[in-house]
This record gives sequence, structure tokens and C-alpha cells, in this order.
Amino acid sequence: MADQQTYNYTVVRQFSIMTVIWGIVGMAVGVLIAAQLAWPVLNFDIAWLTFGRLRPLHTNAVIFAFGGCALFATSYYVVQRTCHVRLAFGPLAAFTFWGWQLIILLAAISLPLGFTQGKEYAELVWPIDVLIALVWVSYAVVFFGTIMKRRVRHIYVANWFFGAFILTVAILHIFNSAAVPVSMMHSYSAYAGVQDAMIQWWYGHNAVGFFLTAGFLGMMYYFVPKQAGRPVYSYRLSVVHFWALIFTYIWAGPHHLHYTALPDWAQSLGMIMSLILLAPSWGGMINGIMTLSGAWEKLRTDPVLRLLVVSISFYGMSTFEGPMMAIKTVNALSHYTDWTIGHVHSGALGWVALISMGSLYYLVPRLFGRELYSLKLVEVHFWTATIGIVLYIASMWVAGIMQGLMWRATNADGTLTYSFVESVQAMHPYYIVRFLGGGFFLFGTLVMAWNLWKTIKGAEPAVGAIPEPAAAH
Amino acid sequence: MDYSLIQTIWTVVVMVLFFGIVIWAWSGKRKERFEEAANIPFAEDDMIPVNKKPEEKTHG
Repeated sequence: MADQQTYNYTVVRQFSIMTVIWGIVGMAVGVLIAAQLAWPVLNFDIAWLTFGRLRPLHTNAVIFAFGGCALFATSYYVVQRTCHVRLAFGPLAAFTFWGWQLIILLAAISLPLGFTQGKEYAELVWPIDVLIALVWVSYAVVFFGTIMKRRVRHIYVANWFFGAFILTVAILHIFNSAAVPVSMMHSYSAYAGVQDAMIQWWYGHNAVGFFLTAGFLGMMYYFVPKQAGRPVYSYRLSVVHFWALIFTYIWAGPHHLHYTALPDWAQSLGMIMSLILLAPSWGGMINGIMTLSGAWEKLRTDPVLRLLVVSISFYGMSTFEGPMMAIKTVNALSHYTDWTIGHVHSGALGWVALISMGSLYYLVPRLFGRELYSLKLVEVHFWTATIGIVLYIASMWVAGIMQGLMWRATNADGTLTYSFVESVQAMHPYYIVRFLGGGFFLFGTLVMAWNLWKTIKGAEPAVGAIPEPAAAH
Repeated sequence: MDYSLIQTIWTVVVMVLFFGIVIWAWSGKRKERFEEAANIPFAEDDMIPVNKKPEEKTHG
């Protein structure tokens, strides 16, 4: 079959384009709700536009729509190119694309209408959860089916990370979404009380660990070496990095439940495992950055490589910050404050978004057989995005620590020094800075969209020929 | 069997497994195979096809 001599680029192209579109949508909603926190009048007294409904829309759109499409696109591309074989089960791969878009659409409708399960990052109601499970299992079948028919004996490390991400997210989603439906839009969790909380944060933290980390590390292990033109710094370190990350991440969830009804020993376990997590995280970061050793000068001339390397730096920063915040005494200050929001965005904008965008700059020209329209615009994107992230996280550090200190301040007679609303008032200038930071970042994304649009406009879809198996075995 | 005994055994098993992986990865025999594996992304040519630049390209 002639079809079997080319890679399946169609589904990769579809997911790549939707990554850009959902990125703009998700980030624009983020900027809107950031503005609402600074100027509450911006919800216009319309229920659909209130912060409580748009916030889950923002998180779902950037994590699962933008991040998810980026992961689908890159994993489908990388698994084919490192296995020297066409994607398995073509129609099923197409189903994962259309199914995933349908899920996003349903989320974009149901969340503003106020339908939610009330579980963070798992807000979608049960019928959508069922659809997610179906699409995700299909994703696993396509991905592992491709691995199984590979023509390269060794499974390249990027695929290990993608594989772990797909498998773990399937388990997390199915267990955390287990519920008893009582109507089309309403259900009760299968778990009760503190068990429900623990399952939720076992899910929630591993959504960070596997969805937002392992999958994007898969990108790092392919696109950074490719863009730098040299193999990964240490392959043996990448093997140990993989297993160490897998062994530890799954235990870190309880740090979301410090000083709650969760038993003390479980809290301490979560804290210790979060601290241990620093080692594999930094092992991976060093492996990514050191891939450039001997080719540092490329950073001066190649803005795409710079984007990728800065994303790894943000990964290092946020995986240092995370374990620190998981220490119970630090958490006593940071939890429920905007510091957490700053931390999440240091990871989400700095690491997840930048590595995805760097990968898109690599991917799109190859999918459409065109050189990138403008490296200058990549440069503009790089600087506006970086300035945006710095504004965002710096303002949230100040805001968060100030909040924490104001909430715990007591007078000599033991009464609270500040009322809650005084701490809200003190946040105002920082919320404006955060809004500006988000605006900068969104502007950078729009520049990228324009650049990629000019790159692919009028281009014929590229055909990727699969090399002869001679050298492979 | 006592539940905490199972937990203890499991902890030891996982630890031994992990250190086994570390020793396995750093053993000299793996060096050549790993070098080969690290080069898998470079096993094929996937440069952007030339002479297909967009016409109105004006920037760097």
C-alpha cells in the first residue's frame, strides 16, 4: 500500500493548527478574568461571564485544549519519526482529533452555563467524562499500536515519556471521574469526604506531573536535540530521569491538602515525596539544557532554540519552587494565596506553553514544506512572552506573600490585624500588573499565529516519506 | 499478611528496582547501545524542503 510509505501528517497538521487556535482562545479568556479581578465590573453582571464560570473555562482551555492538542500533535509526529512507521489505525487517529475537538466544544458551552462537578481540572460533567475516556483509550491504542509495529528496535526515550503520560492520564481520569449519575448533567462522586479529596489531588497533581510534565518532557527529548542538531546530553541520564520521575510523582498529591482533615502522616509523605521530586526534575532539566553544550553559540542566532531553552529554564525554576512550597511550614504561608497562581503560571506559561510553541516553530514548516515566514517575529514573540511571564510571576509572588502575611497577622490581644477585604484591596496594583503580563503573553501568541499563518498560507501539505528499513534493524 | 508488612516489602522492592535501573543504565555495556539510541532522531533526513519559501518573505 503506497499509503504505508508515508507518515500520517494529516492528523499532526490538524492538531498543530488547533493548538494555535485554542491557545489564543484559552489565553484570551485568561486575560479577561485577570482583568475582572482588577476591575470586577468587567463581568457586566452576566452570569455566563462571571469569574467562577470563566476560570474553569480558562484552565480547561489552556491545559486540555491548547496543551492537549500540542501533546497529540507532537506525540503523533515523534512516535512516527522515531519508529519509522506510519501511525497505526488511521481512522481511530482521526477519531481522536474530532472527538477531542467535540469535547473542547462541549466544555466551552457547559462551563459558562454553570455545569460543573466542582473538582479542579476535572470540572466537566459525567457525559463529557465518558467521551474523554473513549477518546483517551483510542489515543492509547493508536500510540501503542504504532510503537508495536515500529521498525526501529529501540523505543526512543521521548516515546517513553509520551507513553507514560497517555497511560497515567487514562488511569487518573477514569478513577477520579468515577461517579454516580443522577441526571444528564449531575452526578455524585464515588468517593466521600477526605478520600474524595485525596483521590482528587492524586488526580490533580498528576495532571501536573504527567499531563503537564511527562508529555512535555517527551517534546523536550525530541525537539531540543533536533533544533540544536545534536543528540541529547546523556541518554543514560534520560533513562534514570524517566524512572525516577515515574516512581516519585505519583506520591506528591497530598501536598495540596496540608493542614486539612487528611491524616498527618499522609501530608508528611506528600511533602517528602515532593522534596525528593526535585532530583529527577533537575536531572531532566540539566539533561535538556546540557544538550546544547558545545553549541551554545546557536542561542545567539536561533530564536526557536532560545524559546526551547528558556522553557527548560522555567521548568527548572518551577520544579524548584514547587517542592519548596510543598514544605508544610512554607505551605502554611503560601496556600490559598496568589503565590500558588504565580507558581502554576511559571510552569504553565514558562515551561508548557514555551516548549509547545518552540516545537510548533519546528513542526509547522516541516508539515507544510515551507521555511518559517519570519525569524524576526519569533524574536518578537520570544521577548514579549518572556516579559509577560516575568511580570506575571513577579507580581504574584509579591501579592501572594503579602496576602499570606496579612491573613496571619495578629494583634497583641490575639485578634486579626486585617480583615479579609483589606487583603483583597491590597492586591489591586498586583492584579493590574498580572493583567499586563498576561496581555504581553497573549500578544506574543498572536504574533506566533500570524507568523505561522503566513508560513502555511497557500502551501501544499508536505509528504513525509518513511525511510527504508535497511539501517533500522 | 499484615498490611504494613506488605507496604514495607513493596518499598524495598521498588527501591531495589530503582537502584537496579541506575546500575543497569550506567554499566559500561550499555554505552554503545545508548549512543545509537540517542541518535535515533537523526536517523533520517527531515529538513524543510528547499525552494519552497513563501513568496512575500521580507523579514530575516
